[in-house]
Amino acid sequence: MITKIAWKNIWFKPLNTLLSIILLTASVAIITLLILLQDQFEKKFSDNIDGIDMVLGAQGSPLQLILSSVYQVDAPTGNIDYTEAKKWMKHPFVETAIPLAFGDNYRGFRIVGTTPEYLHKYGAEITNGKIFDKNFEVVVGSTVAQKMNIKVGDKFFGSHGDSEEGEVHENHAYIVTGIASSTGKVVDNLILCNIPSVWAMHDHEHDHENEGEAVEDHDHEGHGHHDHEAAEEAHDHEDHMAAEEEGEEHHHEDGHDHDHAEEVHDHVDMPVSEEGKEITAVLIKFKSKMGIVTWPRLIPQNTKMQGALPAIEINRLFTLFGIGLDALQYLAYGIMLISGISIFIALFNTLKERKYEFALLRVNGASRLQLLMLVLIESLLLCVTGYIFGTIVGRLALSFISGSSESEFKISFNPLEFVWEKEGYLFLLTIFVGVLAAVIPAVKAYGLNISKTLANA
Amino acid sequence: MITTKDIRFSYGKGTSFQFPDITASKGDSLLITGGSGKGKTTLLHLLGGLLRPQSGDVFIDDTSLSVLSDRKLDHFRGKNIGLVLQQSYFVASLNVLENVVLASWLATGRHATEKAKQLLEQLDLKDHMHKLPSQLSIGQQQRVSIARALINEPKLLLADEPTSSLDDENAYKVADMLSGLAKQFGTALVIVTHDQRLKDRFPNQITLS
Repeated sequence: MITKIAWKNIWFKPLNTLLSIILLTASVAIITLLILLQDQFEKKFSDNIDGIDMVLGAQGSPLQLILSSVYQVDAPTGNIDYTEAKKWMKHPFVETAIPLAFGDNYRGFRIVGTTPEYLHKYGAEITNGKIFDKNFEVVVGSTVAQKMNIKVGDKFFGSHGDSEEGEVHENHAYIVTGIASSTGKVVDNLILCNIPSVWAMHDHEHDHENEGEAVEDHDHEGHGHHDHEAAEEAHDHEDHMAAEEEGEEHHHEDGHDHDHAEEVHDHVDMPVSEEGKEITAVLIKFKSKMGIVTWPRLIPQNTKMQGALPAIEINRLFTLFGIGLDALQYLAYGIMLISGISIFIALFNTLKERKYEFALLRVNGASRLQLLMLVLIESLLLCVTGYIFGTIVGRLALSFISGSSESEFKISFNPLEFVWEKEGYLFLLTIFVGVLAAVIPAVKAYGLNISKTLANA
Repeated sequence: MITTKDIRFSYGKGTSFQFPDITASKGDSLLITGGSGKGKTTLLHLLGGLLRPQSGDVFIDDTSLSVLSDRKLDHFRGKNIGLVLQQSYFVASLNVLENVVLASWLATGRHATEKAKQLLEQLDLKDHMHKLPSQLSIGQQQRVSIARALINEPKLLLADEPTSSLDDENAYKVADMLSGLAKQFGTALVIVTHDQRLKDRFPNQITLS
């Protein structure tokens, strides 16, 4: 009954009530949003670096390397030499090393050359079809498959680079051989193929451009060279490295040769030779923790590569984010303080006109404690209503953010998830604000002198 | 039945009152008159347990108000004393019926909705039950507060200047209503007033001086 009176009372002054509820809703919504965002963001980021101790890649920003190769959001730092990388990949410290080669995208979804191990690492299984095996065979992540409505056996052309508008590689179509299971991790948004596919796709283009030049070179060359070249050609098949160290014209010819060789390879589905090829990054898991300590220093000293530690870079990223999040959080707490003050002022102002009402309730047999409860409950009703609206509005905001972050970064958030502990604390905080705002008016109602109030009427 | 014995009261230094002993039995009406500043309202508050006397005691039936604790007094007042004030106050956000029912809930913990409806009907307020008190005229509000004072069938009905803001016609109507209802419910009625119009109506009178 007291609660019913309280409820009727707060809606008797709808504007005051609305103001208090709006302020509370705003602050709870912001804080809820931040809680969900931070929690899911960190979870998403931490899930994806599980089992990656270090990323080997081209020199540049280590954060960029991590973002591009682990989370597939930023542009790569550059390419590294596969032969060189292999030396490190085969080191006894290393437990697993997964090479990655970026090249194309299909409608904004990255096509990444890698090994089947990459799928295993993220716990993705092939739900439909089989793993990629031959060149240009791809396994499609669950989200990509769903969004693009891709089925096993479909063919598509990739566009060069990161952007959807990139040049389309029309020479080779990718064939979908498998669909991966949903993991909630980055792999869901990727199209995976073997590394030679990426090489083949791009070498092919490169070679076409150079073909003309190569012929021109032939014209300029004297006959004396011819034998040498022929010998070199034969040599090429066995040792590309040597060929690359030779003069310009050999290089072109090497390309020409390679082109030819590749076309053959493509047709017989033999792997492309790895020599002199480049990849983008290697995800490394160490057997020995010594690697984590020493390699980030050793690698740049001895090579043109770098070793970036995801755990450290992500921590750094969170720290950077943290400043912004903290500022927003302070803002939200500020709004909550204001809403507390607004409730206080509303209760305190109406106290003057309501003291007769309170005196009357006492005359009718209400105890002091019941009046105290009445004021307290009014404040708490406002707070609980504000909290409920706030949680809902915060989640609506998150689903909006999720929509835009999904299309931009392929990161989605689940607005229906509850972070019970933090949201519980937030609820307690809201209640505390309500109690605090009501304390003075409630105590005044408690201590009301009914005789004096009624006599002065 | 209400009796008082040697009650004194003072507001700090200076103003102190010594009241004559009062008795009103079941169904009886007693009019207390006196000029302003003579302690009419103070006496009413003492009788209603809103104030505690400095010495002396108030008995309602056989209960001494002075021995009750604050909480028990609140409860006792809700159950056994009905109060009609010069100006009517209500819980502004509740409608007429809810206001009357609230009084029964506060005193007994039960919602005497049917009884409240009956009482309001008897007081000619049938069509106003679901209005807010602020939408009623002063006379109608006065009648609602009478209904509210009687909902728990109290042993004592106190009225403080119940007619002073009403015109002659309404003043007599309210006076008749109060004495009639007091008889009907077997309630002792004590009216405090300076309204000369009521003096002819109530033979039992005490004048404070």
